[in-house]
This record gives sequence, structure tokens and C-alpha cells, in this order.
Amino acid sequence: MEKVNVGKRILGANEQYAHKNSELLSRRKQLCLNLISSPGSGKTTTLVRTITDLSDQLRIGVIEGDLRTDIDAQRVRATKAPAIQIETEGACHLSARQVNKALSRLPLDALDMIFIENVGNLVCPSAFELGEDGKIVLLPVTEGDDKPAKYPGIFAKSKALLVNKIDLLASGLVDFDLERVKTDARRLNQDIEIFPVSARTGDGMDQWYDWLKSQVQKAHA
Amino acid sequence: MHEASVAQELINVICQEARKQAAKPVVARISCGELNGLNDEVFSFAFEAIAQGTVCEGMSLEVEHKPIQARCRACERTFDLNRSELQCTHCHGEDFELLPDAPLVLEEIEFEKE
Repeated sequence: MEKVNVGKRILGANEQYAHKNSELLSRRKQLCLNLISSPGSGKTTTLVRTITDLSDQLRIGVIEGDLRTDIDAQRVRATKAPAIQIETEGACHLSARQVNKALSRLPLDALDMIFIENVGNLVCPSAFELGEDGKIVLLPVTEGDDKPAKYPGIFAKSKALLVNKIDLLASGLVDFDLERVKTDARRLNQDIEIFPVSARTGDGMDQWYDWLKSQVQKAHA
Repeated sequence: MHEASVAQELINVICQEARKQAAKPVVARISCGELNGLNDEVFSFAFEAIAQGTVCEGMSLEVEHKPIQARCRACERTFDLNRSELQCTHCHGEDFELLPDAPLVLEEIEFEKE
């Protein structure tokens, strides 16, 4: 047997594309955020509401990732925002190469920022850098307040946490301790911004919008 | 199941190295940070399946999981984070920041010698 030291990053090929994406976007001073959550957490609803409510302030483009169909891209396009659908055909996360291709199809000159809606999954997407400025994790109250403790990776790596569907808390049908989520998420990531929202009713969305606009300004500076 | 993508990338890298060495790889040692969430059993299974028909077929994998490291803001020392404790192992402070997770690295390959 002969041992050979290699010391190579296994996801190096993905990281090269992520670097390309990041260079392209920072050259253009465009903010890019990678939205991650389980399926059914309200990623698309949050995006559609954000794009609609900020339509006279921010020009937003979207890259949609799903295993199959372009249902989400259609929902975004109904707001008049440009959306490129990536169908991963079974893969549980987006890769930086797919995002690179999608970026070349977006009208970047006409945009202030880009959202990437990753494939619904709380684990795998957090392992693949796409060249984004930051990750945003969505946690709906229906998923339970133990998720930061159970899935530390994504909460540790995210810039902001949207606790979604807070309108359901008033129904009394959901047991969810918001303070526990805040404490656990901040233990993993002291700098994480936390926004309790309802993308359906609009509750709490203004704070999220203020933060988003400040991030776009930072990228433009 | 991102283990399949990681296995595919790993096999690509090993195949490149095997061409350089002109030898059959037998063992690969990799290291990865805990936040990568790589499951050993799923990973080995995916590797085995994807390796079929390549020079990596029949190889064994050894995965070293590196713990999450954190720096305490009170005593400023770094420590391996115990997920069920979530406090500094030196001064038991609860105010700390996580350090970047160790990347997935192919550390070493053992090749069959002619």
C-alpha cells in the first residue's frame, strides 16, 4: 500500500462556481439571498408577498429550485418579477453551477437584488454554497420549536430567521414557544436577525422589509 | 440525501488522483465538520453505488467527523461544542460564537502497490 496525501476540498468544484457567482454579483453590487426551509414552510408565499409589497422600492429577481415543475416560478412571475426555474430532477439541493446558469438568464441590469429559493429541505442545501451574500432560514410555527436544536447547521449559518405563520398561534391549536426558538437560535448564532411574521396576513413583515432594504443598501455601497 | 452529491464529487476527485498515480485506490480518508450533517451509513451506501464501474469500485471509506468549534466571549478560549450542553467547556459561559465548520476534505488515499 502507498499512502498519498491529497488535502483537497471535496466540494471544490461547487465552491469554484460559488466564487464565480459571488464575484459576478459583488461586481454588480447586487444582493443575493438564499432562502432555505422544509417544504411547505411558506418560502414562495413570503417571496410573492415581499415582491408585491416592495414593488415600488425594490426590483427583485428570483431563482426557483424544485425537484419537479415550475409551479413556484409561475407564482413569482404572476407578480411581474422575473423568475428562472431550476428543476433538480430529484436532487435535494441547488448547486452553484445551476445557479450560475440561471443567473445568466436573469435580466440582471434591471434588478436590485436576487432571491434564490432553494429546494425544500432543512439539511442538504446548507452544505452547498451558492455564492450568495447570506442564507435566510424560514421556520413555520407548525414545525415545532425544537428545530434550531435539531438542525443546528442551517441556523448557525443563516443571517436571518423568519418564524412564519405566526397568525396560527392565536388559534391555540399550535404549541410553539417563540422564546425557546429565539434563545436556541441565538445560542448557535448570536448575530442572527429574527423576524416573527405571517406572510399570509402580513403581520411582522415591515420589520423584515426594513432589514432587507438595509441589506440591499449595504450591497450597493 | 446530499450524501449522493458529495459521493459523486469525491469519486471525481479520487479518479483524478488515481490517473496521476496510475494505481488502484483502496482506501480514502476524508474529514468533515459536524454541521455538514453527513451520515456515514448513507454516505457509504451512495459511494458504493456510484463507484460501480469506476476505479473506485470496492474502495473503503474512513470519515473523521470534526466537532463544531466555538470561541467563548467571556474567557476568549476556543472549545469543542457539546450540542447537549451549549456552554463553554472552560468557564461554563453561555456567550460564545461558532467558528466556521470544517470543510469536507479528502485527506489521504491509499493506493495498491504494483
